[in-house]
Amino acid sequence: MSVDARVEVTLGSFSLSADVHVDDGELLAILGPNGSGKTTLLRVLAGLLPLDGGHVCIDDTIVDDPATDRFVPPEHRSVGFVFQDYLLFGHLSALDNIAFGPRAHGARRAAARSRARSLLVEVGLDAKATAKPRELSSGQAQRVALARAIATEPKLLLLDEPLAALDVQTRSETRRQLRTILSRFPGARILVTHDPVDALVLADRILVLEGGAVVQTGTPDEITSRPRSEYVAELVGVNLFRGTADGDHIQVGPAVVTTASSHTGAVMLIVPPNAVVLHLEEPRGSARNAWRGTIAGIEHLGTRERVRVRVVGAVTIVAEVTPAAVRELALTEGTEVWAAVKATEVEVFPA
Amino acid sequence: MTTRRRDPARERVPVIVIAGAVLAAAIFVVPLAGLLWRAPWTSAWSVVSSGESRTALRLSIETSIAATAIAVVLGVPLAWVQARVAYRGRGVVRALTLLPMVLPPVVGGIALLLALGKKGLVGQYLDHVGVHLPFHVSGAILAETFVAMPFLVLTVEGAFRTADRRFEEAARTLGASRFEVFRRVTLPMIRPSLIAGAVLCWARALGEFGATITFAGNLQGHTQTLPLFVYVKLEEGTIEPAIVLSLLLLAISLAVLISLRDRWLSAL
Repeated sequence: MSVDARVEVTLGSFSLSADVHVDDGELLAILGPNGSGKTTLLRVLAGLLPLDGGHVCIDDTIVDDPATDRFVPPEHRSVGFVFQDYLLFGHLSALDNIAFGPRAHGARRAAARSRARSLLVEVGLDAKATAKPRELSSGQAQRVALARAIATEPKLLLLDEPLAALDVQTRSETRRQLRTILSRFPGARILVTHDPVDALVLADRILVLEGGAVVQTGTPDEITSRPRSEYVAELVGVNLFRGTADGDHIQVGPAVVTTASSHTGAVMLIVPPNAVVLHLEEPRGSARNAWRGTIAGIEHLGTRERVRVRVVGAVTIVAEVTPAAVRELALTEGTEVWAAVKATEVEVFPA
Repeated sequence: MTTRRRDPARERVPVIVIAGAVLAAAIFVVPLAGLLWRAPWTSAWSVVSSGESRTALRLSIETSIAATAIAVVLGVPLAWVQARVAYRGRGVVRALTLLPMVLPPVVGGIALLLALGKKGLVGQYLDHVGVHLPFHVSGAILAETFVAMPFLVLTVEGAFRTADRRFEEAARTLGASRFEVFRRVTLPMIRPSLIAGAVLCWARALGEFGATITFAGNLQGHTQTLPLFVYVKLEEGTIEPAIVLSLLLLAISLAVLISLRDRWLSAL
């Protein structure tokens, strides 16, 4: 186990309590809204914030354990940190920013610089070696920050919202580059993000943090197919309902959902957005659920060539359809539609 | 009837404010004009190049630079502690370190004499080990340091206080020890303020008079700096050399302040 931590910290009225485990070579995404404690968690792992309780173990070494009064300061932990606003040193060139870590670890100037140069090549910025941080675009600064963090070959790499400061166009491009660079990094990686797409695209596992507590952990598939709270469902774009089951009928608010299996009592229902079909007329067919509603929002998912349509009616549901379908049906906000779901597509599990 | 369009970026300044500003500027400009008006331009060069005044000028420059160097070496750590370490009595230490800015320099000189003079509080022990500060060039340097260092401490302390400490955290995650972080990240971050503080400190040391003459005396070639020399000339009733040397002091200070202004002193 490369990272094994039980984190308990209290900062004023906020308290964070989370268990974090990451294997070597694994990328864990910590997903959560602002103020959920994501950055605090990273600061604890890096040694920038001491624990109040629990322990942090990195690469089989205990680096923080209040019970035994053990605390290893950040400079003696093998942890690289990519900060949200990069924090490149303004008085140093891109090259010397990257060489800073190797220099601090005792490398000679020439050796540190040659290491920095090869990393600049790796992130595709060898032409920017002498540029000062203020002369770099935010996408370039992000790559320099990443190169700086991995220059000392840390056992654990922490990335705090690495894509948050980028505009939409740079974002998907940089996400792709980040994925490539991260895939070459051998150690454990933890990436903090509030964007589920980052987490789904980049991570091996996702930990969902909300209000200082872990809501769910699992692979991207597990999280999207079995979100354990409405927040997670909303976040990963899955329809999650709560209802009361009586056989194959489940009462969800004013609507009734027909399922292929039989249940009783309080249940949670999951409907994948891509299982929702939109019609302009009431659909015919026996084992179907169909609800009438009005389109409240249309959102394009650039990475997956899909469009998310939010339909508000007796049941509020999100459908994921192709751009072609949107054109054919001339869907816009305010269009009256029928949202249909096969009974076999509704997943039910006890609440 | 047409109304004149105004540039909206140009604020309309009340007349009373303009009047005040003009008067304030006059307070600075008029005395300077007085010096320039009475300056004996024809004999200026011979005054400046006389042995006595050259010695005083050299001594002034040497002692003020030495005082600035001491102020930087000792004042930066003091500023760092004052900005970053919360300890009991910090407010008292701050007041005491800024005291020389309000204390009459002559009083400062007397205080130095009572503390470091031959029979002073600390001086009696220094005397045993053969260190004699009063009436010696080292005394002149110390007097200048005493009076000028607060300018450096004040400027640098403010910079330490406002510097973004997250850059220091970033450096520590990269493996830099606390001292390395200070040397390679914090100091470069506050460099503009450090230079500005050092220049202010140096300018104050260059013009120092009261503490120097009280503590270090007025020994030609040893402690008689340019301000002291000007004073001696005035006492002798020869006003022309005093004017020329004053202008020289002014010219040096102005040249340094102007040359550093664009690059370093924008904060001032």
